[in-house]
Amino acid sequence: MSRRIHPSVAGAQPFQLAERDPEAPLFESAEGQERLQAVLSRYPTKQAALLPLLGYANELHGWVSKQDMESIAERLDLTPAYVWSVASFYTMYNKHPIGRHFIQVCTNISCHLNGAQRVLKRFLEETGTRPGETSEDGRYTVIEAECLGACGFATAVQINDEYHENVTPERVSQILAGLDGNGS
Amino acid sequence: MAYPYRDDRETTTVLSRHMGEPEARTLSGWLERGGYEALGTALEMEPDEITEIVKESGLRGRGGAGFPTGMKWGFMPKENGRAHYLCCNADESEPGAFKDREIMRWTPHLMIEGCLIAARAIRAGHVYIYVRGEFFPVVRVLNQAVVEAYEAGYIGRSVLGSGWSCDITVHLGAGAYIAGEETGLMSSLMGGRAEPWMKPPFPAARGIFGAPTTVNNVETLASVPGIVANGSAWYRQWGSDESPGTKLWCCSGHLVKPGNYELELGVPLSEIIYDVCGGAPDGKRVRAVIPGGSSTPFLTADELDCETTYEGMQAAGSSLGTASPIVMDESTCLLSAMRRIAQFYAHESCGQCVQCREGTEWIAKILRRIEDGDGEMKDIDTLYDLCEQLTGRTICVLADSVVFPLRSSLDKFRDEYESHIQQDACTAT
Repeated sequence: MSRRIHPSVAGAQPFQLAERDPEAPLFESAEGQERLQAVLSRYPTKQAALLPLLGYANELHGWVSKQDMESIAERLDLTPAYVWSVASFYTMYNKHPIGRHFIQVCTNISCHLNGAQRVLKRFLEETGTRPGETSEDGRYTVIEAECLGACGFATAVQINDEYHENVTPERVSQILAGLDGNGS
Repeated sequence: MAYPYRDDRETTTVLSRHMGEPEARTLSGWLERGGYEALGTALEMEPDEITEIVKESGLRGRGGAGFPTGMKWGFMPKENGRAHYLCCNADESEPGAFKDREIMRWTPHLMIEGCLIAARAIRAGHVYIYVRGEFFPVVRVLNQAVVEAYEAGYIGRSVLGSGWSCDITVHLGAGAYIAGEETGLMSSLMGGRAEPWMKPPFPAARGIFGAPTTVNNVETLASVPGIVANGSAWYRQWGSDESPGTKLWCCSGHLVKPGNYELELGVPLSEIIYDVCGGAPDGKRVRAVIPGGSSTPFLTADELDCETTYEGMQAAGSSLGTASPIVMDESTCLLSAMRRIAQFYAHESCGQCVQCREGTEWIAKILRRIEDGDGEMKDIDTLYDLCEQLTGRTICVLADSVVFPLRSSLDKFRDEYESHIQQDACTAT
């Protein structure tokens, strides 16, 4: 993340990444300052930088803590309560730490028709978790997701920032094995 | 996936011609394919001339509502010297729809060019591309294209030396269906919960940051460069008088060949489902189709000979929506399918209006109860009553969006509901 980011896209960097540093300072770093300034330069109000900065916190830390929200509130002249009211509206800002591999299985209508519930069940079984819970080794968090916008390629599964399409229960163990190869 | 279905992409495709060609994602590859020529043409035109061509082309909004694009642009104030904004709605979130992501991930410059031309037409100096948060692989491609276009002078100060300036900022959503509704999108963009607001004021009078704003869908904007380069008559060679042009179809559910297909408007729905997509797999029969994304009314297998224009789909009792047919074969439990749809709308209600917040939840719970074998016959009446309560009484159309499939499924597949309630058995084969 040290590469300089063009201001036009500074507020639109992928998050839910495998590489995150929960301890990294949000704004007390050259990178954090650069991101803050780049994002602020694109909007006529400070408040409009809220979603981009919540996204940055999620990208950096893997989740958005109360402390992150307070830092963001301070930088944007907002109250922490307001920031929480916004953050809580959006499902993609994780409100608690998640596993290294964040697995989201779409079970919406097109995936539902193509056996998404069986795919979800298999992911839960193979990771030994319940929906939304992180496995004891910190590797996996599996959740049921609303439409991921890949309906023609059902079942769609998003793992961190990547899509896996046409997923069947039979492919689940292979997908998980691939993750461990890259991510542990 | 197939681009396009007919093998004459040179002459019949507007949007998907270069899909599947990785080089088309780069600026040099896009320029080799004639990219940004339309922008050059637009820079030599007056803003109102551009709007006029788009009006004549008959292009209609591809985000689902089908509002005439040129007319929408015409609502923007004509004076200069005040900030105007364009929002590109790339928050593709209607279950069943997956077309904008294909445009962005294969031909991002087509959309950027469309954004710039539209911005010039409505006198906007800044374009915000609101991309759905989950689309990380897409946003990587898009971001790279925006930066490349900036560095080559297609975006920014004095675009291509014309003296006209326009910025583009990519803005990432964070998982909220309602941010795809235009006022919800604007609330979200300004750093708020994606709560829709009452119109008027219309965005052209008061949109983001209190300034005149136009919100256009990705596919709408991607259709613009071709129209500006080739003229409105060229675009009108496809489709009907009221629904000209081509449309990117998103076909999903039980199909032999699901995927995206660009087709001219008006092709019979049955042809799309059976000839283009090969019908249902394993020789099964089609039982039901939701033709325009999950918020449109169900059609039965006998109702598919309709013309896929805005007016044709309306005449058939449904809607073109985002042209995203979700096909269900004879083995589908329609009650379970409807329950899953209702569950989605209950989850995505923003909570401002009581009818929607409570009603969508009630509907999902009742359907779940019937599915679990605990339904009563009076539940059907309650569901119809909820359809009444949820229609036309809320700020936005999210509540109406669950009523369309629900009411039509109750009307057309009542036997399914009764069978579950009375015998705890499904009518699917």
